[in-house]
Amino acid sequence: MIPAPFTYRRAGTVAEALEMAAESGEDAKYLAGGHSLLPLMKLRLAVPEVLIDIGRLREAAYVRDEGGHIAIGALTRHHDLATSGLLASRVPLLAYAAGCVGDPQVRHRGTIGGSLAHGDPAADLPAVILALDATLVAQGPGGTREIAAADFFQGLYETALAPGELLTEIRVKRPESAGWSFQKFTKRAIDWAIVGVAAQGDRVALVNMGMTPMRAVAVEQALAAGLAPEQAASHAADGTSPPEDINATAAYRQHLARVLVGRALAQARARG
Amino acid sequence: MSILGTRVVRTEDPRLLTVGGVYVDDLAIPELDGAVRATFIRSPVAHAAITGIDADAARRLPGVVAVLTAADIAEAMRPDKPMAEPLLAIDRVRYVGEPVALVLTDGTCQGEDAAELVAVEYEPLAPVVTVADALLAKTLLFPAAGTNIAGTGTAGRADPDRFGGCEVVVERTIVNQRVAPVPLEVRATAARWSDGRLTVWASTQNAQLARDTIARRLGLDKSAVRVIAPDVGGGFGAKVGIDRDALTVAWAAYHTRGSVRWAETRSENLSGMVHGRGQRQTIRIGGHRDGRVIAYQLSIVQDCGAYPRSGAFLASLTQLMASGVYDIPGCGADYQAVVTTTTPIAAYRGAGRPEATAAIERAMDLFAGQIGMDPVEVRRRNLVPAQAFPYRTATGAVYDTGDYASALATVLAGAGYEDLRAEQARRRERGDVVCVGIGVSCYVEITAADAASGETARLAIDGDGSATVYTGSSAHGQGHATAWAMLVQDELGIPMERVTVIHGDTDAIPEAVGTYGSRSLQLGGAAVHKAASQVRDKARQIAAQLIEASEADLELDRDHGFWQVRGDPTTALTWAQVAAGAGEDGLEADVRFTAPQPTFPFGAHLAVVEVDTETGKARLVRHVTVDDAGVIVNPVLAEGQRHGGIAQGAAQALLEEVRFDADGNPQTATLADYAAVTAPDLPSFELLDSVTPTTVNPLGVKGIGEAGTIGAMPAVQSAVIDAVAHLGVTHIDMPATPQHVWAAINEARAAR
Repeated sequence: MIPAPFTYRRAGTVAEALEMAAESGEDAKYLAGGHSLLPLMKLRLAVPEVLIDIGRLREAAYVRDEGGHIAIGALTRHHDLATSGLLASRVPLLAYAAGCVGDPQVRHRGTIGGSLAHGDPAADLPAVILALDATLVAQGPGGTREIAAADFFQGLYETALAPGELLTEIRVKRPESAGWSFQKFTKRAIDWAIVGVAAQGDRVALVNMGMTPMRAVAVEQALAAGLAPEQAASHAADGTSPPEDINATAAYRQHLARVLVGRALAQARARG
Repeated sequence: MSILGTRVVRTEDPRLLTVGGVYVDDLAIPELDGAVRATFIRSPVAHAAITGIDADAARRLPGVVAVLTAADIAEAMRPDKPMAEPLLAIDRVRYVGEPVALVLTDGTCQGEDAAELVAVEYEPLAPVVTVADALLAKTLLFPAAGTNIAGTGTAGRADPDRFGGCEVVVERTIVNQRVAPVPLEVRATAARWSDGRLTVWASTQNAQLARDTIARRLGLDKSAVRVIAPDVGGGFGAKVGIDRDALTVAWAAYHTRGSVRWAETRSENLSGMVHGRGQRQTIRIGGHRDGRVIAYQLSIVQDCGAYPRSGAFLASLTQLMASGVYDIPGCGADYQAVVTTTTPIAAYRGAGRPEATAAIERAMDLFAGQIGMDPVEVRRRNLVPAQAFPYRTATGAVYDTGDYASALATVLAGAGYEDLRAEQARRRERGDVVCVGIGVSCYVEITAADAASGETARLAIDGDGSATVYTGSSAHGQGHATAWAMLVQDELGIPMERVTVIHGDTDAIPEAVGTYGSRSLQLGGAAVHKAASQVRDKARQIAAQLIEASEADLELDRDHGFWQVRGDPTTALTWAQVAAGAGEDGLEADVRFTAPQPTFPFGAHLAVVEVDTETGKARLVRHVTVDDAGVIVNPVLAEGQRHGGIAQGAAQALLEEVRFDADGNPQTATLADYAAVTAPDLPSFELLDSVTPTTVNPLGVKGIGEAGTIGAMPAVQSAVIDAVAHLGVTHIDMPATPQHVWAAINEARAAR
């Protein structure tokens, strides 16, 4: 419960953070809200040599209407997403899902950028940005680039971010179809999802159904082919290889995915 | 008007909620200046021989003061019986988390770094993870013992032909799973050797028992050991006395002739502190189609974990309480307590009694299902009648007082049982996805099982007329300071705010038992009452001399705290004046109260659960209870005990389970994995009143600390099963997690 020794550095600006990362090399980690990274460090499952604290870069905490899209600063905390009037009216899926993350303490510290960059397939927001088909903005030594959400999650705790690259903004276009749903299935109120489903219109993404958060491709194809939602939902587990743990066998997770996608599609249609 | 029975708000809370408590690890006292910090090196494997320990690299790390192993412990302190527990592992480890070595560092943070550098060589042995493995005895944890069985017992009727006359017999093996106590304050100990004396600050429920254990294990005279319990953040039975890890810290201070302090991490707590429950139960119940049960056998295999601490004792309590609230002439029980390569098991809220209630209540439901009768009706037909008390059970318990039928009737009326059944039927008819289930449990439990040991109290009236109570009972959240002050005010008329309650220091209170088994109020409280009565008698004599009146003419005005000649306020003396008249001996009483027998609180619980039949998720939506613990001194405190107890019972029914994999590795060693219940998971409980006083103590009180857990667990489990009974489900082992419920529904569907 006490992390291994590390060097702590605090960045005052994004540019400074990037500079520190370039100096520190491969064993550096950015520290945002700390609610994913610090528990792993306390268990000594993560042993970074350098922590670059970007938690005080308030310049990167915002939710803005940019006309064509909503821009969300990577260091915006879950609580601020959950209570954003702009998100509530324009992207209610994200606002609602942010309110389902962890518990109040986590939501007041954890950030959307930290959650996405952590790349945990059991986290809520990665599936949400997949269902929203968001665009992620990253800054690195080579400049700024955009990454499609669909290309961002590459493996268990692995993302498209290069070493030293910093996720700075998430851009969400106004959804084409207004109907949305977020289904989080947990044992207790405060748990990670055993399985979760994010749906925006006919775009559906799954939480905790494989090594990465993923789109429910078979469901989307079935809907595109004109199948009714309940038939489409029966394909929710197609192509998934969910984890087994003390809460669920793989077969139970696949069953839950089918049930929850059915409920998500029904709710999204009812709201659409 | 007496203050007893009124809703006095806890006097402890303003301090706890503002500046906060001072727990062992918060102590900033000169005695602990410069104390070194202890970090345990714990076994990473369930069962292995230790073939070598190399601590040289760790000893060279800056800040490391010492690395201690079993080799440093004197021969005399080693265990003398085959299954007894050493301080640090000797030659063999028997569970993941077992203390192997101790690193002492002069700062807080280096301990874990140093621990990583201690190289322990393990030669793996076969793990013994389940009680079935233990009984197979292919691998013995203690070869010298020649068995994995640590204890056995039988009680009640043994003749198997008592089932012969039954029209219906149902048998089933069920699990009362292992759970973790999860006190908010984890284990913490500080110890200092100075001037030939060992002082230990411990997070304990029983300072005196801790002192006795330390003195015995370290070979010290009792007078050379002082134990102090500062604020204690929850115990639930898991902090009875002092456990092996804390004892090892005390030994380290003695061994190094210095000061050592230790506070464990949450993960250490979840795999290193004792667990509770852990019984495999085979229930056999027989009776007639008219609902009358005539024979019952409860056969228990108790998992003790790696070392038999109190496991066998727990099973003996289960055995004693086997027949519950029912008049079953042909009741018998037996147990085998076995060792496994897992964390040791000891007392946890209810300690042996919830297991008995869960078994008999499950048996009643199964029997009712078999004969097609409403489970409530089957219960009614078998309850011990109110006129039968004192009632001797087949397994040897003597229930003091009770009215079980009334408790059941009150709960059914309060919950609206018939309406709930109608709602259940409507939903089933409509084919709703979310079904409703109703679970009813009736319970009786034993509190102050060691009534004859009693409890101590010393009450002194100070020169300014205030009172100080030195109680042997030890508070760790129950509200003793509030309740004891109420008892003093009621008896002496000294206002509560002028009563100071002191506990948990063996120098101030050398002889005491402490807190466990819901004994505090009925023994510790009764002792305070007894001391106050004696002080009053002494005060009457003194006041009579001072006023120069006859004792018979004196009265104590309890509303104002004056002694006076009856009806004559001009003669009034304050407590300060009376105390001054007591001379050098002072005005005090030092007593031990013992009761002739334990008490048997009882009640009935009704749980309403909604089950999502597509996902298997069960949600507790209502919980209605009667918990009759005799006279209630303070309803606020009693309700607090009921709320907490119900929460922990419901949690075991729905969520909580300590798990090990096939190799004996803990799978629930963080609070992300161990599903400790939280407030949003529970509804607001509906508590109904019922008072049936006991006659075994002058206050008429019984224990209430564990009743909620004992009643709630079977009611909630039963409600989940009831919700899906129409799908063919007859049993779901606890915890009824979504996956378990879903699997049960699937199995039942497949069987149809």
